[in-house]
Amino acid sequence: MKPRSAVSIYGWGSYIPPYRLTVAEISRVWGRDPVQYEEELNVKEKAVAGPDEDSATMAVEAGRNALNRSGISPKEIGALYVGTESPPYAVKPTATTVAEALGVGPFSVAADLEFACKAGTEGLQASIALVASGMIRYGMAIGSDTAQGGPGDHLEYTAASGATAIIVGPGSKEAAATLEGSISFVSDTPDFWRRYGARYPSHGEGFTGEPAYFKHVEGATRALMEELGLKPSDFDYVVFHQPNGRFPLTAARDLGFSPSALKAGLLSPVIGNTYAAASITGFSAVLDVARAGQRILVTSFGSGAGSDSFSFVVEEGIEARRDKAKRVMDYLSRRVEIDYALYLKFRGGIRLGGGAK
Amino acid sequence: MTDNPVVAGTGLTKIGRRWEDSLSDLFAEASRQAIEEAGIQPQAVFVGNMVAGELDGQEHLGLALEDGAGVFPLVPAFKVESACSSGGSALFAGYMAVKSGVYDSVLVAGVEKLSEEPSDNVTSALAEAADADFESYYGASFTSLNALLMRSYMKEYNVPRDWLSEIAVLMHKNAVDNPYAQLRKPITVDDVNRSRVIADPIRLLDCSPTGDGAAAILLARPELVKGDVQVELAGMGVGVDTIAVNGRSSLSDVPATAKAARVAFSAAGVDVNDLNLIEVHDAFTIMAALALEDLGVVSKGEGAKFFHEGNAERDGKLPVNPEGGLKARGHPVGATGVYAAVEVVRQIQGKAGKMQVPRAEIGAFHNLGGSGSHAVVGVFKRKR
Repeated sequence: MKPRSAVSIYGWGSYIPPYRLTVAEISRVWGRDPVQYEEELNVKEKAVAGPDEDSATMAVEAGRNALNRSGISPKEIGALYVGTESPPYAVKPTATTVAEALGVGPFSVAADLEFACKAGTEGLQASIALVASGMIRYGMAIGSDTAQGGPGDHLEYTAASGATAIIVGPGSKEAAATLEGSISFVSDTPDFWRRYGARYPSHGEGFTGEPAYFKHVEGATRALMEELGLKPSDFDYVVFHQPNGRFPLTAARDLGFSPSALKAGLLSPVIGNTYAAASITGFSAVLDVARAGQRILVTSFGSGAGSDSFSFVVEEGIEARRDKAKRVMDYLSRRVEIDYALYLKFRGGIRLGGGAK
Repeated sequence: MTDNPVVAGTGLTKIGRRWEDSLSDLFAEASRQAIEEAGIQPQAVFVGNMVAGELDGQEHLGLALEDGAGVFPLVPAFKVESACSSGGSALFAGYMAVKSGVYDSVLVAGVEKLSEEPSDNVTSALAEAADADFESYYGASFTSLNALLMRSYMKEYNVPRDWLSEIAVLMHKNAVDNPYAQLRKPITVDDVNRSRVIADPIRLLDCSPTGDGAAAILLARPELVKGDVQVELAGMGVGVDTIAVNGRSSLSDVPATAKAARVAFSAAGVDVNDLNLIEVHDAFTIMAALALEDLGVVSKGEGAKFFHEGNAERDGKLPVNPEGGLKARGHPVGATGVYAAVEVVRQIQGKAGKMQVPRAEIGAFHNLGGSGSHAVVGVFKRKR
C-alpha cells in the first residue's frame, strides 16, 4: 500500500521501565536449567513495569519523548491511537487518558487498538492513512504494554513492559524518515489468546512458530519487498517483531537479511517481548542511530494473527531531532535488577489483605 | 485355520505437527497408498487410535475416517484401543479377521493427531493409559512411571547413564535417512545428558516426540496378492500384565513383552535368533533396553549394553529400529504399532532405501501399551 500523498515521521520516542528480571531468576523459581533456557530463548532478561506504572503511564512517557522530537504542539495532533493488550481498564479508553496527559485534544481522534503484539503498528497504519487523506495533519501511534505470562508458563520468561510512540505528518525532507510503502497481512490463526475473565493468556505452543509468526512476518515482508521492487540487500536496517531473541534471527535468515542489519533493532535479548511496543521500540532504537538516506524495514506480528510491514527512508531532518529526547540506549542503561518476589509484588501477583497493614 | 495373511500394500505419512491435516486427511494419505499398491479393496477396516475422542472430539472413529477420507466404498469399520499398543492391537484384529476366513482383505490403519491440543492436555490424555484410580489420579504421568522403571533398571543392573543416552543417539542417526521421520537431526550423548529433566532420570531427549501421523497396511488372503515377493504375517502374540505398576513383582522387566513374543515366535515357527531385524517400542530410551531383554534377544540387564556394543546398528548383529524408532521416527501413539509393522514389511521387501538392512527375510515388531501392561509382537516372513 502506498499513500496518495507522502507521509513522514516527525517524532519518535520510547519508554522502558528500569526494572529487570533475569531469565535465570525465573528459571530458578521454576526449576529449569537457567543457562540452557537463556540460550534457547536468546533472552537474558526482561523489563518490568514498577508498581506505579501501567500501559497508560508508559504511553505518556513515550509520547512526551516523541512530541519533544517532533517539535509540534500537542494541539496539532489530530489522532492518537494506543495499541495495547494490557489496558488499565477493560472498558474505558486508555487513549483519552494519554491524550489528556500529553495535552492532545479535545479535537482529536482517540482510540485503543487491540491486535496482540501488532496493535502498535495497527495505529501507525491508521495514522498514516488519516494524514495521507488530508483529514488530519499529524497523528500519533503508540504501542504500550505491561504484558504478563502465567506463572511458570513459557511466556513468563519474556512477557515484558515498554512503550513507543511515533508521530507522522505530511511528507518532508525536514522530517526524520519518509514512508515508501506498507502492507498488512492477516489470517484467522489461533496461536495465542486470552478469554474474557482469564487472568493470563493461553497459547498453542509450537503452533506459535511456523504457522503463526513465520508465516505472517515472512509473508508480509516478502509481499512488501515485491510491491516496492526491493530486495533484502537494499535495506540498511531490518526490525522484526521479537517475541524472543531467536525468532527474528530465523526470520532474517529465511528472508535473506544479514544478521548485522538486524542488530540495532533487536532488543528482546535484553528487555524481553514488550508486545505492542516490541517492533516499534526496535524501530525507535534504529532511528536513534540511522543516517540520512538509509532504508529501514519494520515488520510487526500480532497473534491471531497478522503482520504490518513498512519501508522507510531516513531524511536529513533526523539529526536535528535525535537529541531532543532520551534514546532507547539511555533506557537500557538504567537497569535495576529485581528478584522474583519483588516482581510478583510489582505486578500484583501477591494478594494483600488480612494481616499487618 | 486358513493360511497366514499376506501384505498386499502399505502406506505411511510423514510424522510431525500436521496442522493443516485432519485425522481423516492423514488416514486418506496412508490408506490410499496401501490400496493403490494392493490393487484390491478392503472388506473391513480396523483402526488403531488412542485419544481421538479425548483430544480431537471424534469417537466412532472407524466410520468417521472412512467417510471423511472417501478413498474406498464404506465397509464395516472398527476402532481398536489399547493405549500406545492400539496400532498393534488393530493389526492383531486384522490378522484374526483374515486368518479366520471371515474377511478376504482388511485394511489396518493406525492414526493419531496430538497437535490439536496444548501439551498439558496431551500429557493428561496419554496418562489415561495408566490406572485412573491408582496411578493417574495421584498425578502419575506416563513419563513419571517410566522414570520409575529407568531408575530401578539403572540401579539394579548398574547401567551407566551414557549407555541409555547412546540409544537415543542411534535412533536419531537412523532417522536422518527416514523421509517419514519427525526428528531427522543427529544428536550426541552430551546433548541427551544436558537436555531438560522431565521426570528424573528421564530427560527430554530420552523421550519420543508427540506428533501426528498415519500408517496403513492391507492384509489379504495369499491368492489375492500380486507381486513376486510375498510377505506374510506369520505370527502374532499379545501378552498382558497388571495395568498399574504397583501390581508388578519387578519394575525392571516387562513380562507382557516376553509372553507376547513367546506366542508370536511359536506361531511363526521362528526363534529370536532367526530374526534379521526388529522394531521395538522405545517410547523412552529405557523401554528399548527392556524390550530387547524381554524379547529374549539378550539376558536381563544386558539390553543397554547390546546397543553400547554396536550390535543394534543397521549392520550389527541384530539391527534394531533401523528407521529411527519411536524416539526419532516419532510416536503418533495409536499409529505407532502400524508404522513398526510397515517398516518391517518394507525391509523384507527390500524397499527400505538407505535404511535397508542386509538379508532381511524375517523381522519382528514390538508394540507396548501402558507402562508394560499390554504388549503386541508380530513376525513377518518372506514367503517361499
